[in-house]
Amino acid sequence: MAGKVDALYFFLVAVSAFFVIVIAAFVIYFGIRYRRRAHGEVGTKVVPSLALEIAWTIIPLGLGLVMFAWGAQVYFNQARPPAETLDIYVVGKQWMWKFQHLDGRREINELHVPVGRAVRLTGTSEDVIHSFFVPAFRLKADVIPGRYTTLWFNATKAGSYHLFCAEYCGTKHSGMVGTVVVMEPNEYQAWLAGGGGEGSLASQGQKLFQDLACITCHRADGQGRGPVLEGVFGSRVSLNNGQVVVADEAYLRESILSPSAKIVAGFQPLMPTFQGLVSEEQLLALIEYVKSLTGLAPSQPAADTPGGPAPGRTTPARGPQSPSERQRQNPKK
Amino acid sequence: MHDDKTASPYEPALKHHFDDLGQQHEAAMLGMWLFLATELLFFGGLFTAYMVYRVWYPETFGAASRTLDITLGTVNTMVLITSSLTMALAVHAAATDERRKLMAFLAATMVLGAVFLGIKGLEYYHKFVEHHIPGFGFQFEGPAPERANLFFSLYFAMTGLHALHMIIGLGVMTVMLTMAWRGRFSARWHTPIEISGLYWHFVDIVWIFLFPLLYLVDRHR
Amino acid sequence: MDTLAFPRTHYLNAEYGLKSWLLTTDHKRIGLLFLGAISLFFILGGIFAGLIRLELLTPPGDLVSDDTYNKLFTMHGIVMVFMFLIPSIPAVMGNFFVPIMIGARDLAFPRLNLLSWYIFMAGGLFTLYAIVTGGVDTGWTFYTPFSTLSSHSNVMTAAIGIFIIGFSSILTGLNFIVTIHTMRAPGMTWFRMPLFLWAMYATSLINVLATPVLAITIFAVALERALHMGIFDPAYGGDPVLFQHLFWFYSHPAVYIMILPAMGVVSEVIAAFSRKSIFGYKFVAFSSLAIAVFGFLVWGHHMFVAGMSVYAAMIFSVLSFLVAVPSAVKVFNWTATLYKGSISYQTPMLYALGFIGLFTIGGLTGLFLASLGVDVHVTDTYFVVAHFHYIMVGGAIMGYLGGLHYWWPKMTGRMYPDMWGRVAAVVTFLGFNLTFFPQFVLGYMGMPRRYHAYPPEFQALNVLSTAGASIMGIGYLIPAIYLLWSLKYGAIAGNNPWGAKGLEWEIPSPPPTFNFDKTPVVTEPAYAYETREK
Repeated sequence: MAGKVDALYFFLVAVSAFFVIVIAAFVIYFGIRYRRRAHGEVGTKVVPSLALEIAWTIIPLGLGLVMFAWGAQVYFNQARPPAETLDIYVVGKQWMWKFQHLDGRREINELHVPVGRAVRLTGTSEDVIHSFFVPAFRLKADVIPGRYTTLWFNATKAGSYHLFCAEYCGTKHSGMVGTVVVMEPNEYQAWLAGGGGEGSLASQGQKLFQDLACITCHRADGQGRGPVLEGVFGSRVSLNNGQVVVADEAYLRESILSPSAKIVAGFQPLMPTFQGLVSEEQLLALIEYVKSLTGLAPSQPAADTPGGPAPGRTTPARGPQSPSERQRQNPKK
Repeated sequence: MHDDKTASPYEPALKHHFDDLGQQHEAAMLGMWLFLATELLFFGGLFTAYMVYRVWYPETFGAASRTLDITLGTVNTMVLITSSLTMALAVHAAATDERRKLMAFLAATMVLGAVFLGIKGLEYYHKFVEHHIPGFGFQFEGPAPERANLFFSLYFAMTGLHALHMIIGLGVMTVMLTMAWRGRFSARWHTPIEISGLYWHFVDIVWIFLFPLLYLVDRHR
Repeated sequence: MDTLAFPRTHYLNAEYGLKSWLLTTDHKRIGLLFLGAISLFFILGGIFAGLIRLELLTPPGDLVSDDTYNKLFTMHGIVMVFMFLIPSIPAVMGNFFVPIMIGARDLAFPRLNLLSWYIFMAGGLFTLYAIVTGGVDTGWTFYTPFSTLSSHSNVMTAAIGIFIIGFSSILTGLNFIVTIHTMRAPGMTWFRMPLFLWAMYATSLINVLATPVLAITIFAVALERALHMGIFDPAYGGDPVLFQHLFWFYSHPAVYIMILPAMGVVSEVIAAFSRKSIFGYKFVAFSSLAIAVFGFLVWGHHMFVAGMSVYAAMIFSVLSFLVAVPSAVKVFNWTATLYKGSISYQTPMLYALGFIGLFTIGGLTGLFLASLGVDVHVTDTYFVVAHFHYIMVGGAIMGYLGGLHYWWPKMTGRMYPDMWGRVAAVVTFLGFNLTFFPQFVLGYMGMPRRYHAYPPEFQALNVLSTAGASIMGIGYLIPAIYLLWSLKYGAIAGNNPWGAKGLEWEIPSPPPTFNFDKTPVVTEPAYAYETREK
């Protein structure tokens, strides 16, 4: 991917150099050829040329559109992760990068990934806007408080690469740097094996689910006051106002922090807000846990727009019917 | 003295840099229209923010909107529209050399403007009592209450900015009334009345957009 | 009348005393009031730049603390953008020459013009107060939620200062538009106006329509900080990216406020020093308008990595390529103007030619940023810093200095020593390139912007850049010296030292208070130079 960006870049350099040289040449040539040789010397009448004006309007326009199309194509591929990705969460905060692997490993300012695999990073910020920037991958995406953004890459060469924060975020903005360590498969396996003892991210989420008493209302047997969460991730959810939304990461996050914003049809607005009671990382653990209840592997994406909708924004309906719909159709006794 | 049509003894001043009164008048009118364009964009920023959040949080914004007093809002709308009528009549009176009518209509416009502000103040007071002023013990019962903070912040920012423009408008009207009383205006020259009229109509039009967006959002429920 | 005499009475000596200056409604005096003010602000902004470049000589942050550094680049940006570049050409040369060039005795609203200066001074002093009582550290871009929730610096004061300054721009723009519409002399049709007026008109459109959006946005930031409105705070459902949309909706057109006037100057200077009419006059005039209009449609290109949808990004990208075309058309037309001209190389011409070179490079690098695939890599790096400095310093400031040198004899009645002028122009040009060209490479290598400390592999290019900055500083110092020197010791300029066409060259230098004895009647197009037929 980096190579594709470089190819476009050097094309742009070539075109730019060409025009700079051509214009400089004309200016210098005219400047010398038509320099004033005698005081009071006048210029020669030059007839305006519509053809010339049109030509040098259309040609740059055409070149510009070529550049646009090429750039858009590269960007489009950068924005669309492949179906199979190794998912990792990243939380930016003043002034460090926190990574959460699905197997529960946490890293600060260092990210270990295997070479040759597509890695998808889903990120947010705990405070202000930061930007995740790895120059070697020619890749950058802002992490924004209150929403999830994603980027993906496939590192083709093992090595250690700079990670920078590229959106000014306060005092230690230039200290918010780290390393992305790309490892050969066997080394990566070795690194994985030395893993942290906390258990997978989903199991951490499960523990939280119990500790925070979510399980009281969100019972798997459908007898709880809240909707069943098994299978909800990625499904269509009908709300009590008639809208239908897709239960993606943003929806889950909003449901925890601002539960009265969207009420599932057939349920009461009883859920208290957990704003201030869970950190961004705990939210990610809970989301992974809910994802794990799908029966799908935790690494399957639900929404595939890179930006992720802002909390509260509804996404067009797609996906299977949600368990809560089935729950409503078979009302609990 | 029931003779309204007295020609003003004052010769309108031709500023030194203009060639004639016509040019001076044209410049003044174009200047005011441009200024109103800047005001449109100035309010536009807040309108944009409001529209974005209205679309994103229909439930909360609807619930919050329904706590506004639609009766007072409607009365205020009628008051302001009427004040634009009296302002237009004032401009007409100036154009036809009817000094007393001009003063009467200017005064009527000012009274209506003051009534508008009074009713607005009453509404603000209600909001204070209901704890709907962000930052002053804000409490809201409804879906996603923390987002209601947004609605009310924008409500106060937009109507507050509008009210500020009304107050400035009243100040302008005071000056116009004083000048009219001194007989400064004539059919030949009453440019300040015209451009004040433009300003007043603009402030009215802003309200005509504010009212449905803020008050009428989810009334059908 | 081509007299080489110094007029006995003119706008500078018509009245004496502080009051005659502080209560003046003469557009020429007001232009000089702005000149004094923005020159002082430029020095301040330049000092901040110098400190930044000194810090960046070495990889670790060892000259100043990180908080101080963050304040330095913030205040450098605020002062240079709002207190120097945005007013520069319009408030100095626009004020001075718009009435004269259309054959009028003053602008449409002289008192508003004076008010504009007072508002500028008030806002400027407010902002200075923010600077001296601790500074601001949000970046000139004030991104939320850092500026609203996190920064501990004088955000409110700076925001209020900028809010106030904005109204100065609005009033100036309003004045110019009304003047150009209603006060052109008999025979001065739109298409007989010098291109500088077209540029001023287009700039004023942007000033009038875009600045209010900045005003309300910065007002919202102040409210948010003071009262916690929530409009940009995710905890309340607010969207920090909404700030970016609102901010850039002004700030992108703002960059055209900064460059269009310089383009106007370049048109004047190239015509005068080639002794020919600008090739493709109508195309250049319409290009100014096109830039102004299209400039409003491209703000999203500052936000390609900020989380916008792929489709929105594509729309902003294609529009950004479109907005580049009118600028290219201008460069081609200026170059074509040289063809078969009679070219002389006094100081203003050197600045104008330097503009063409540097603006071309700066504009082309804009295409890199418009191109989505590349922008993802280079945005928020020194590539962007280099790009906008090529345009704003290599372009706008060269244009400003060119205009200053072109019209200095008219404004003051004195000539400066042209040799020193040319030396300074060349020194500035060379110093500028050394300062900013390495930054393109730094950016592509991955050095992010607003970095106080950086990895050691970036040092060599940073050292080159700082070296260039010191040369550039000398290049700016030299004109300051000889221009001031010329006020007392410079040769008498006479009405038309350049032998140029234009209403401003038909009146004495310095001009009388009311510009013209009688209203001129215009019978020929702009730049009606006598030419040979083949």
